[in-house]
Amino acid sequence: MALIAFGLIAAVVILSALFVIMARNPVHSVLWLILAFFSSAGMLVLIGAEFLAMLLIVVYVGAVAVLFLFVVMMLDVDFVELKQGSLGYWPFALLIGAILIAEMALVWAASGSLPTDVFDPAPGAATNAEAIGAVMYTEYLLLFQLAGGILLVAMIGAIVLTLRHRPHVKRQNVAKQTGRRRADAIEMKDPAPGQGI
Amino acid sequence: MMELGLIHYLIVSAALFTIGVVGIFVNRKNVIVILMALELILLSVNINLVAFSVFTGTIQGQIFAMLVLTVAAAEAAVGLAILVVYFRNRRDISVENVDLMKG
Repeated sequence: MALIAFGLIAAVVILSALFVIMARNPVHSVLWLILAFFSSAGMLVLIGAEFLAMLLIVVYVGAVAVLFLFVVMMLDVDFVELKQGSLGYWPFALLIGAILIAEMALVWAASGSLPTDVFDPAPGAATNAEAIGAVMYTEYLLLFQLAGGILLVAMIGAIVLTLRHRPHVKRQNVAKQTGRRRADAIEMKDPAPGQGI
Repeated sequence: MMELGLIHYLIVSAALFTIGVVGIFVNRKNVIVILMALELILLSVNINLVAFSVFTGTIQGQIFAMLVLTVAAAEAAVGLAILVVYFRNRRDISVENVDLMKG
């Protein structure tokens, strides 16, 4: 039963991955990518790795795919022109793919028997998330914080790269605002009656 | 009847990886699809890590999968930021002329 479900989901994963690289319109590519991520999460649920599956949906579908969608729709690019001549790349690409598949099949043929149904997604713990947390916050604490550092660097890098100050756009300058004194801003006049300033 | 085993996950993962590599080659001009193919490759790596972790009864693989996920998100963010800056400067995203950025 699990094998049938796995076969269906795996077929969806492979097909949507193929459509990602073959779609004419990059917006369709992103949508196929979302489908691929969703069904991969389903594959992980099948073997009990629920936490990673949900993380896959939150991070990939919720953040990465939406980011792609934003950029694809924001950039006004002529994608038809980009697609031209790509047919000539197919033979070389398929050759590389065939070599990769052959190499991985060689490794498979050389390997011994692989484990089947005897799996334990949460060794020594009640749930999968508990098992991950128990190891991640103890043995791998530094690695975990390093991951946070990577995210911080990426965030600052992306902001610095895309930030630009256009000329002729009025901006608020807080230091200048709070540094203003009454004497700089106000001048007292005492106009005589009937004459104006 | 065969049982669901590690080898099934490895086959799907290998196919995903190959599709990703082929995708990089066939979409040589379109950086956005190249980045998407990279995400596919990282997804196949993640599936591999989680499958090995579950079928060998060790949890460490899933922690490394989370780290790979982090790096994938960071890479997508920085890559797309570079793409936006490049588009702003040149009005197109063809990779053929990227070497003009060389100093």
